[in-house]
Amino acid sequence: MLQIIGHLPMGWLSFTLLAAPAFLAFYMGRNALTATLVSGTAQLHSRLNYYGYYTAMCTLVPGLVVLLLYVMLGPTSVRAQIASELPGYMQALSPMELGQYLDKVVDHARLRDAPATGNLLFDMASRRWVELEALARLVGILFALAAMYLGYTFAMRRIRPDFRARTHVERGGRMVLFICAGIAVLTTFGIVLSLIYETLLFFAAPGAPGLGGFVFGTAWNAQTGMDFGALPLFFGTVMIAILAMAVAAPIGLMSAIYLAEYASPNLRSWIKPVLELLAGIPTVVYGFFAAMVVAPLVRSGAEWVNALSFVPDDFLAAQPQSALAAGLIMGIMIIPFVSSLSDDIIKAVPQSLRDGALAVGSTRSEAIKQVVLPAALPGIIASMLLAISRAIGETMIVVMAAGQRAQITIDPTSDLTTVTAQIVALLTGDTGFDSAKTLSAFALGFMLFAVTLGFNFIALRIVQRYQEKYD
Amino acid sequence: MTDAAPNISPGHSPFAQPEAVRRLKQRHAAERRFRFYGVAAIGFSVLALLVLLTTIGQQARSAFTRHVIAFDLDLDAARLAPQGVEAPAAIAGNVSGFNQLVQDALRTRFPHHADQLNLRRELYGLVPRLGVLAMAQQVAEHPEWIGSKRRLRVVLSDDLDLFLKGGITERMQLKLTPESRLSRLETGDFRLQDLSGQRFSALHAARDTRAGGWPTILIRAQDSWFTLLDAGADELQLRHLAGPRPDERVQIAGYVTALLISTPESDRTISDHQIAWTLLLQAQGDIQRVPNLSLLTHADSTYPELAGAGAAIAGSLLTMLVTALFAIPVGILAALYLEEFAPRNRLTGLIEVNINNLAAVPSIIFGLLGAAVFLKAFGMPRSVPFVGGLVLGLLVLPTVIIASRAALRAVPLSVRTAALGLGASKTQTVFHHTLPLAMPGIMTGAIIAMARALGETAPLLMIGMVAFVNDIPAGPGDESTVLPVLIYKWFSGAERAWEPMTSAVILVLLSILITMNLAAVLMRRHFEKRW
Repeated sequence: MLQIIGHLPMGWLSFTLLAAPAFLAFYMGRNALTATLVSGTAQLHSRLNYYGYYTAMCTLVPGLVVLLLYVMLGPTSVRAQIASELPGYMQALSPMELGQYLDKVVDHARLRDAPATGNLLFDMASRRWVELEALARLVGILFALAAMYLGYTFAMRRIRPDFRARTHVERGGRMVLFICAGIAVLTTFGIVLSLIYETLLFFAAPGAPGLGGFVFGTAWNAQTGMDFGALPLFFGTVMIAILAMAVAAPIGLMSAIYLAEYASPNLRSWIKPVLELLAGIPTVVYGFFAAMVVAPLVRSGAEWVNALSFVPDDFLAAQPQSALAAGLIMGIMIIPFVSSLSDDIIKAVPQSLRDGALAVGSTRSEAIKQVVLPAALPGIIASMLLAISRAIGETMIVVMAAGQRAQITIDPTSDLTTVTAQIVALLTGDTGFDSAKTLSAFALGFMLFAVTLGFNFIALRIVQRYQEKYD
Repeated sequence: MTDAAPNISPGHSPFAQPEAVRRLKQRHAAERRFRFYGVAAIGFSVLALLVLLTTIGQQARSAFTRHVIAFDLDLDAARLAPQGVEAPAAIAGNVSGFNQLVQDALRTRFPHHADQLNLRRELYGLVPRLGVLAMAQQVAEHPEWIGSKRRLRVVLSDDLDLFLKGGITERMQLKLTPESRLSRLETGDFRLQDLSGQRFSALHAARDTRAGGWPTILIRAQDSWFTLLDAGADELQLRHLAGPRPDERVQIAGYVTALLISTPESDRTISDHQIAWTLLLQAQGDIQRVPNLSLLTHADSTYPELAGAGAAIAGSLLTMLVTALFAIPVGILAALYLEEFAPRNRLTGLIEVNINNLAAVPSIIFGLLGAAVFLKAFGMPRSVPFVGGLVLGLLVLPTVIIASRAALRAVPLSVRTAALGLGASKTQTVFHHTLPLAMPGIMTGAIIAMARALGETAPLLMIGMVAFVNDIPAGPGDESTVLPVLIYKWFSGAERAWEPMTSAVILVLLSILITMNLAAVLMRRHFEKRW
């Protein structure tokens, strides 16, 4: 019995557990006042369904709260119990090793027909986990049912013809809306807290460098060694972002100017979707293109330069993967971001400014260069900042086309690695989350998050100020 | 009053001075240049898009067909079904039995080499070992075939498949005079003499001009294939590769075919013998080119000729389902709160700033969040669409909220005031009037958000969706991978055959994405209302 319950899919179980009583409560609450409505003895405050919604709501919410509590507490308490039942020599292990052992036990126990491994202790722990899990579930389910029943009786007691059911239901609905809006905030908190926590774990882990050694260290070899000097990664990230912006900034800005100031509405309606399409292509496709087509071109170009008579041999590295290939393609990817944002901002510049400039005899390009662009400058800078933040955080292109070698060189045809590429390299595959190697990925992620958030925040503030100025 | 008009003599007109005219010309040239920069910038973007699409399309073309070999096989019960015909699972899994059958068929086909071990191994290399799985499956479904002779197909090895799709550098036809003779030398090699002379100068030249690594030249005379050892102007030294071995001395007339392969044998994964066998089989109609449907239906495999994107397509669908079920409702409700109900206070302002910032956070950070919170803290399993869907849901949530808010804001105030004036509550106004009117705009935003989620790779790498999965997932709790991750994985594959297949999967992904974006654009055009 316990075996069966321990293996039931929890998602469906809790769904039925919540849905069935809620439906029941809806009909009970609704029917409670049908007689009043039919006989006409009293006037109802709300329409009949609202009484049903109210009872369903009062039933559902306590059950949901209890189940959430179970989800948060259940598995951890089961683990703690198993850990306390293990023999003494196992408990003497470090918490990290014990945790890894328990992870294996849980993974094994989750299999429905878990084969015996032959290790007596392991098999027993696995079976014990299923039992304890089932017990915990039973307790959770019972508490949930009890809470739902309490909520139900509470609601049924309050229901009278003059009860303001609709007001209450609407207030409840508004709470739901508020929670949904709050999820976005929760996500941010989740990101910040988890990254900070894992980063602290990293600096506490054996073999980890200090903060100074991490940020300013010049040797990075987290895959095989224990060198965590992230400066080459920051360098690579900045280098590729600069290359990308060298492509995206002029082309994106000129496209935006042309679209906003010169293009006919007809042309606009054609070009805009094309640019949107460019923005809609997955980054993994850009990465494939960069690695398969552009990188070989860059390499042969570099070899051609090396072969020139006045250039010293090995002047350019001419690697099969190169920062230049990644940067060029990333630039193309970012063009639409720059152009669509700048386009909006240029169009927001009041027409009167242009008219004034044209009226004193300037050509259109002079009006643009000397009046419109200076007026739009803050907004354009903001769009560039957003684009830079995008370039810094871009992952797949650099993973596929920029290489894995952590080095500091200004030669764009050599292979470089970036913060994002290293995060992927460190966290891909089946590694535990407890070694300094994997934890360093979170430390890198924290740096990345902080920097991009800074850029975004500044950029969005500028855009906001700018909108206020002209609205 | 006409004489009161200012008397501007030509000499005083600002445009009469050559200096001014020159300046004006310069300014107009600058204007034209500026315009040209704009056109060039847009042209560059359009060109980049075209180049990207056509290169990938070009590369993908060869992956949509593939070559199969057909064999007449004696379906021997003792070998294929040692546990009896009633055990279809055993038949379907009997890889070695079917492989022996295919290898026997190959040996009877090319008996000359049966005694040389390494040549035999090359011969068996025509068919990948697991290539017989499809055949075994077929036989298991039709146990009545066992004991009879049937014509069945096996995929050709990926390297030979690529060779047939374009490995031949150049093809030449040489007309021989009737007196040409093919004679066997003591060494076992052959000599082809053309007595009228000069027929072979082209071959001779081809052999000589290519510096660095001899190109391989394969010669077909009658029904046999030879490799060229040495070429003179009127005679060729040949070594026999495949097909009937000619007698001591034969008269040859008509044409000989010469194939030029620029990579020498030592730099290839396929040998001259394998090429010759393949060409012979093809000439006899036993190798055919068929549509490569398994590319869309098969699950992943370590053999490119057997791998398909079926499992990844299913995984993508499941992941998108979870993402849509999470992000769209939550996003719409959050937008409703912020746009319709939220009081204008600091908390609301904080939420708004937060959402705008979250929309610009790099996607890989969401992957880290998923790894740290969902996998590590909540103990959810790795590599499953449920977790992937949640992570992508959080990723696109800000996009959905922002688009929904814009759509809600576009609904005019008069609709709201009218509903409120007729006695509807605030909630009724919103849910009965504002939301339905904003729905087309919201859905457009939702489709674009889903398209973005469908193309995401990095966050899914973080939560382990790169695991090798050879089953098509049935539910959001099964291990699986998704299309973009599959592209990344195949891209990392060493064999050359992965490249066209990766391009083909990219085309599949792009066509889905373009359809979604197009649907969004059309929806926007169709439902767009000017209030």
